[in-house]
Amino acid sequence: MIDPKQIRKDFPMYVNHIKMQGHDLVFLDNASTTFKPFPVLKAEEEYLTRFTSNTHRGDYDLCFTNDSKVAEARHVIGQFINAEDKEIVLTSGTTMSINFIAHGYADKFLKKDDEILLTVAEHASNILPWFEISKKIGCKVSFIPLDKEGRLTPENVRRVISNKTKIVAVAQVTNVLGFVNDIKEIAKITHEFGAIIACDGAQSVPHMKVDVKDLDVDFLSFSGHKLCGPTGTGVLYAKYELLEKMDPVLVGGGDNVKFETDASAKYLPAPAKFEAGTLNIQGIYGLVAAIKYIQEIGIENIEDFEKNIRKYAISRLKEIPDLVIYNENAEAGIITFNMKGVFAQDLATYLNSRGIACRSGQHCAKLLHHFTGELATVRMSMYFYTTKEDIDALVEALKNGGNFLDAYFA
Amino acid sequence: MPISLSPMMMRQIIMDHYENPQYKHAPEGDVSKYEQVHMDSANCIDDIIVYVLVKDNKVIDACFDGVACTISTASTDIMCGLMIGKTFEEAKYIVEQYNNMIHEKEYNPDVLDEAIVFMNTAKQAARIHCATIGWDALDEILEHHHHEEK
Repeated sequence: MIDPKQIRKDFPMYVNHIKMQGHDLVFLDNASTTFKPFPVLKAEEEYLTRFTSNTHRGDYDLCFTNDSKVAEARHVIGQFINAEDKEIVLTSGTTMSINFIAHGYADKFLKKDDEILLTVAEHASNILPWFEISKKIGCKVSFIPLDKEGRLTPENVRRVISNKTKIVAVAQVTNVLGFVNDIKEIAKITHEFGAIIACDGAQSVPHMKVDVKDLDVDFLSFSGHKLCGPTGTGVLYAKYELLEKMDPVLVGGGDNVKFETDASAKYLPAPAKFEAGTLNIQGIYGLVAAIKYIQEIGIENIEDFEKNIRKYAISRLKEIPDLVIYNENAEAGIITFNMKGVFAQDLATYLNSRGIACRSGQHCAKLLHHFTGELATVRMSMYFYTTKEDIDALVEALKNGGNFLDAYFA
Repeated sequence: MPISLSPMMMRQIIMDHYENPQYKHAPEGDVSKYEQVHMDSANCIDDIIVYVLVKDNKVIDACFDGVACTISTASTDIMCGLMIGKTFEEAKYIVEQYNNMIHEKEYNPDVLDEAIVFMNTAKQAARIHCATIGWDALDEILEHHHHEEK
């Protein structure tokens, strides 16, 4: 069983007793980004102090070390999600990964009458790339209806999918409502119709065991910074035959074998053909350390821990009479709420004045208001270093808010 | 307006302008005569249009419409009331004083009237944008006019 108080000793943001507005920081914005443990800092420092040099074409030892680190990254990430090393493309994050699928795969293989299926609960990064493709080639973007609670169900996928559907692009865990979608079943249905499934794993991979072979997803995108890794790191997983078929969106240094004045170019085989330009080598050192750190804690342990802390949070938040919780029954460590009669952003500002970091607004899911009917909500999101005391601090603040505009006059 | 406003009074002023804004409506006259600036925000729900009717170097009318949070609604509503009847020079001076106050610089409180309730906004830095969104729109219109006059 994870003891978050022990875990905190690994995190400089806790060791350094960071304060906000004069209070000990209560960080409940982990769906947005996560703290970095010492091993990640150390790995990045190692690159900066001992291994600084580029990758590719290294005629000297330092370069070779970094090439080995990139190979290790593919291996560690591959093991983490049960993929082959060569199926791992290193990107800057989920957004870049999904854009690669949209512009490198959909743009090449979809036609005018084809359809892409999304939901209104998706993050902007899993909507806008598809809108752009739709504008460009005239294909249709449709939305799979959510159930009453806001969940994506396999039944509803079956209801709207057709032979025109070519891509189903959905999150495994949505970033506002935090439901865990049955991606395995949705992938099965998608494949029955000859379509491919592009799974947004930004909110799932850091928090639960994700096995791409078991789920049988065609694509999986996720970010390093949401799993204790550096910002600017991310992963695109794809079945290798898809990576082979797809075009690189970015081209340039490091991803080609040769090119001629007649504009012919021969690119490296995947995954390298997608990694033009100097890699975020420092970040990759950190990312490898982050995944190893998570594996040491155990992703299943993290999942169990979050389930328990969520239960505790829900039971405590329900003590507050005027609090409206939008996703009481969700599985992930994300709880979205509003206080009756208080504007979401005023509530978040008030929490800030108490040293509590939550997020208000639409959380990048700018179509979700079609479902919730709320223009803005407050979201608290937990990780394996979240303590009961964090939850208690939030509950006490919400209970004793009095007038939530007080933050302006303190 | 006395500067020794109690927090309770400040809160009351903001809530009054949020719950019963006087200038939150589309222009009552011919909209085409109004200058308008659309303001929205990537981080917040704020999505407003500020309308200003100008004639002979004067702000004849000002109003706004759209979706906005407590702070942006109240600050824009107070601003509209302050600006109506002011010359461009007066209006620009008030905007300047308001921005100075928001950013904790020296300012002249006498011209800000109720707008001084936002004097502590800098303590909640994330809300500076809310307290200035309408004012920025007005400033854009004034600037635009300034160039036209030239």
